[in-house]
Formats: sequence, structure tokens, C-alpha cells
Amino acid sequence: MGRKKACILRVGGTNCDLETKVALDDLGLETEIIHMNHLLRGHRRLNDYSLLVIPGGFSYGDYVRAGAIWGKKMLSKFKKEIEEFIEEDKAVVGICNGFQVLVESGVLPGIDGSISEYPRATLATNSSAKYECRWIHLKYHQASSCRLLPDLDEDTVLRIPIGHGEGNFIVGEEVLEEIKREGLVVFTYCKPDGSPANGEYPYNPNGSMLDIAGICNSRGNVMGMMPHPERAYFGWQMPDWTSRGLQPYGDGSLVLKAIASYVERL
Amino acid sequence: MRFRARVEVKLRPGFFDPEGETVKEALNDLGYRVENVRVSKVYTVDIDATTIDEARLLLDEMCRRLLANPTKDLYEVEVQPL
Repeated sequence: MGRKKACILRVGGTNCDLETKVALDDLGLETEIIHMNHLLRGHRRLNDYSLLVIPGGFSYGDYVRAGAIWGKKMLSKFKKEIEEFIEEDKAVVGICNGFQVLVESGVLPGIDGSISEYPRATLATNSSAKYECRWIHLKYHQASSCRLLPDLDEDTVLRIPIGHGEGNFIVGEEVLEEIKREGLVVFTYCKPDGSPANGEYPYNPNGSMLDIAGICNSRGNVMGMMPHPERAYFGWQMPDWTSRGLQPYGDGSLVLKAIASYVERL
Repeated sequence: MRFRARVEVKLRPGFFDPEGETVKEALNDLGYRVENVRVSKVYTVDIDATTIDEARLLLDEMCRRLLANPTKDLYEVEVQPL
């Protein structure tokens, strides 16, 4: 049996595709960066892959709202393929702009596993009114419904960078209750000691409800997160490797390794 | 028939509008006593439809599907024949 295949999808404005590929290649996946037009023209088929990554960037210039155009284009062209991909328990991961795309397209929060016609959440302008580009601390919630991170330890406080102006996760009360009930909160921003940020800036960098940094769908195989694990994959990408000593891998590798491990088991 | 729609999309009250805040500060720096500024986005959409009511329905759908995010945006649509 060959290696599992990962599709890193890109459009104009995507800019985190290459570092994502370098990381996933290193994890042993057969990774391709595919422009969406190649899927449209039938040069590639989504069905041939086990992992779909929607990487970070500024797709379509963030016109209308960050992720809105790509989200709707993707759904208008490939809704059936994406639904099948999800129903087959393959993995879908959206990072930063990719998370915005999954929210704007209605794939996330994906309550009851379905794709909603209209977005049910928003990643609004950061409450700091700044483009937040720095390292944050992140806590993984093992009790969540997410099945993509079986090997990730809940007690590890992850240091992973963010780079976004619109990461303030907001939902209405009804959707918030559904998110809590279904256990869809995968990552939250936290303090360096792992205690909750409780909305406190700068630990919560954008004002997100419940300090949410990443969520999954009810089925547990679609996940979106604002922080960039691919920017903290190798030890030399960590901000303090010169003082702490160079380790082969950084904290982001724990997240991507867990995802790759899920994909390998498919 | 062809219709022209003016679609205004704005943040719901209570949603932080840093662009509006920045414009307010600049206007105050210019000597105006401005209390509040909120920034909206306006789309001008030309569309073919059989009746003005159909055009309004289509525009409403466009707003809910793409132009506005119902969690944070409000929208207003005005349609007139071209």
C-alpha cells in the first residue's frame, strides 16, 4: 500500500501552502499543492486524497470577508465531493484563512455533521483592532469530539504562532450551546502555565468567545484553527531555540503529527 | 427586466468597528466633534429578473449566502428598474 495522500489546496492569495507541504512531507505523507482550478478542470480528484488542508493566506484578497469568497466558490463547485470526503471520515484541516474558509462556507461548526447553507459563526475583527502576529499559548481539549488528534497530550501547553486580523470567533447563543453540547471546542488560548485566558488580552489575542482558537465538526474529522502549527514545526522555527537549545521539532509538529497519524490509520 | 440594487452591509450594533473608530479619531483631530462613526460596505448589483419582487428575493438570498455574515452583519437592499 502506498503512502497516504494529502491535498493542500490553494487559490490566489494563499501563502502558507509550501511550509505546510514541507511539514506533511516530513511526516511521511505524499503531499501535493493543488490549485483549485486543477480540481475544476479535472486534472486532480479530491477523492484520491485522505487529507485536505486549506492553508493560511489572504485568499481572493480577503474580499467581502476573510475566507468568504473561497468558502462559497469551493462549496458551489465541490459541495458533493466535500460532503463525500467528510462522510468517508477523511480529514479536513483549515489553518488560519483556511479556518475562516471553513466557517464562511458553512462546513464548520458542522453541527450534526452537515454543511449549513449560511455561515453559522464568524471570525470577526480582533478585539485589539490589530493584526496580531506573534506567539501564543494553546491548550488542547481531549474531551472534544475531534478525532484528528488522538495522540496529542492535553497537558502540554503548545506554543504556536498566530498571524491574523480576523480571528475573533463569535456565534449566537443557540450555536454556542450546540458547540458546547457537541464538544466542538478543540483548542483554546491559554496563559503560559496552561490556565484559561478567560478572555484576557494578550493571552486571548483576539477576543474569541470561550478563548476558542480551534473547533471541529460534530463528526470530529473537520478541524479549523487560527494558530499556524506549520510555522512551529521544526525546532529552528521556535522563537527561543538559541537559548533553550535546538530541538529537532517544535510544538506545531505535535499537532501535525497527530493529524498525520489519524490519516495513516484510515 | 434589468434592475439595479444598492446593497448596504453593516456590522450589527455592538460589534467592534476599528475602521469606524479610526475615522472618528481622525475627524476629531481635524477639529470636528464626532461622537460615533460606523463604516458600511455598499455593493451596486445589476441583475436580470422578471419582476422587482423576484429581484428583491434574489438579492436577499445573495446577502444571506455571501455578502453578509448573519452572525455579525445587517443588510439593507434597495432595488429599482434600470
